[in-house]
Amino acid sequence: MTELRLHGLSYEERLRSADLTVHPGETVGLIGPNGSGKTTLLRCVYGTLTPTGGRATLDGDDLHALGPKARARRVATVPQDSATEFELTVRELVALGRSPHKRFWEGDTGDDLARVDAALARVGLTDLADRPYPTLSGGERQRALVARALVQDPALLVLDEPTNHLDIRHQLDVLALVRTLGTTNLLALHDLNLAGAYCDRLYVLERGRVVTGGTPAEVLTPALLEAVYGVDAEVIPHPRTGSPTVLFQPVPAGGQKSSTM
Amino acid sequence: MTTTAVRPARTPVRAQGPAHPARYALVVAGLLLALAAAVLAALALGSVRIPPGQVLDALTGRAGPSPYRTIVLDVRLPRVLLGIVVGAGLAVVGAVLQALVRNRLADPFLLGISSGASAGAVLVLVVGVGGGVTTTLALPAGAFAGALLALVLVYALARRGGTMTGARLVLAGVAVSYILSALATLLLVVAGRPEQFQEALYWSLGGLGSARWDTLALPAAVLTLGVGVLLALARPLDLLLTGEEGATVLGLDTARFRAGVFVLASLVTAVMVAASGAVGFVGLMAPHAARLAVGAPHRRLLPVAALGGALALVLADLGARTVAAPQDVPVGVLTALTGGPFLLWLMRRRPEGTAL
Repeated sequence: MTELRLHGLSYEERLRSADLTVHPGETVGLIGPNGSGKTTLLRCVYGTLTPTGGRATLDGDDLHALGPKARARRVATVPQDSATEFELTVRELVALGRSPHKRFWEGDTGDDLARVDAALARVGLTDLADRPYPTLSGGERQRALVARALVQDPALLVLDEPTNHLDIRHQLDVLALVRTLGTTNLLALHDLNLAGAYCDRLYVLERGRVVTGGTPAEVLTPALLEAVYGVDAEVIPHPRTGSPTVLFQPVPAGGQKSSTM
Repeated sequence: MTTTAVRPARTPVRAQGPAHPARYALVVAGLLLALAAAVLAALALGSVRIPPGQVLDALTGRAGPSPYRTIVLDVRLPRVLLGIVVGAGLAVVGAVLQALVRNRLADPFLLGISSGASAGAVLVLVVGVGGGVTTTLALPAGAFAGALLALVLVYALARRGGTMTGARLVLAGVAVSYILSALATLLLVVAGRPEQFQEALYWSLGGLGSARWDTLALPAAVLTLGVGVLLALARPLDLLLTGEEGATVLGLDTARFRAGVFVLASLVTAVMVAASGAVGFVGLMAPHAARLAVGAPHRRLLPVAALGGALALVLADLGARTVAAPQDVPVGVLTALTGGPFLLWLMRRRPEGTAL
């Protein structure tokens, strides 16, 4: 199993010297307000941004020294922008996930197609396999991209808001799926309760810095939510699972009277 | 599952969809048949009508020396073959450019590459580099330089600010195209070429009238090479369809790959333009029709686009020779007459969720 370590990873002003470790087989969540640097951090890890400082290592190998193809064999992600202009079918799109494992002129073998079918079944898209990808709903597209990451057969899965566009049922399904893959996972999540329920540990980002990290119970505290998000919240153990669950105090009509900023 | 059960209306009858192997074979066979028929018609029709039987006799070598045989074998056949090569080449380049810039409005003519090639070729003509060598190698070399320059220019103009919309791309292409095409005409006039206006027309609208057996080899070789390389690159081209970020996270060095394919696309366009002038819109229409027929993956798309482009240009040239016979209309006039409205239709019919 694979371990991800960030040593002082920086990108311009948006990410400042982040240190972070994802132990083998762990699922680690990144939380923090909009613009806190979650996406920048993830992009530096999966390689669409070149860090301006520090290193990200996978089992000791510098991810940037690996180059795109070697990196793609070990790190998979679900990118935010995806094709809508041209009509690849869902199956064709998912099959592209095999690319890092092939010479560029090679076609797909029976083994590749079997992996594609298995991944489609796993995300519940078997019936839509021959549909043009652009005709899918946002949630279906997201699941297709997750299936593509699965056939990539990665050691590390890096997901930026994987529950975006999904209804609650599919949010739970995707996160449960991620945990059963046996991969090491780093996820950015908006939903604090999902983060608390599905992640082994959480790191909190604020204005480009990692401000704290720990188990969900250690991190998700009223004091932290007040300090980082500027919200008033209670945290109680989930009645059935015991995972920390955040209950927000609604902001009264007319908005916040005094800003903490 | 539940998704389809709830929304049955969204499931079109796609059992025989573009990805189906039988459908692919059918499309290719149909195109080959249509191309064969078009070739026969193009050999038989023109200012002199030749009975189909005599055309076949000439082709199979059963005919003795006769004016018909000369017309078929030495006048019309090279012209038809050049039409096939240029049509296929422009269509393949169009398909690839559309993937590179992720926009179905891309086409060697609309992006100014053809005009760049024309201007480069004219410059070589006017300056008169290398006497006899001019026609065979210096002309395509000049065209290549012009094509590459135009492509880099348009791409840089359209991409300024990080994003590239289709509107910006087409506007930049049209502007660069006009400038370079005007430059080519100016060069011809200033140099006092004897048939300057006819030449200017040829370079800006295209024509297959200069086809001879000895000018066919280079375009045919470059087409074969280009299609071969691009077919081998089908997978990375497919990756580009998923966007820059998508291609990168699937292991493609997008910047390097794109630069390489741009150079190859310029080379193919330049050689085609050097042989036929700047014929427009074939590279726009053929790939689009091919995508409707067999889907977007390039291993299926490129051969079908090539056949479609060949068929389109052979038919257009047949029209160009016959519509005002014995006058030759520049073939680009006919492709523009069909391609222009097609472009307007494309611009109106945007798929949901995409900006022009």
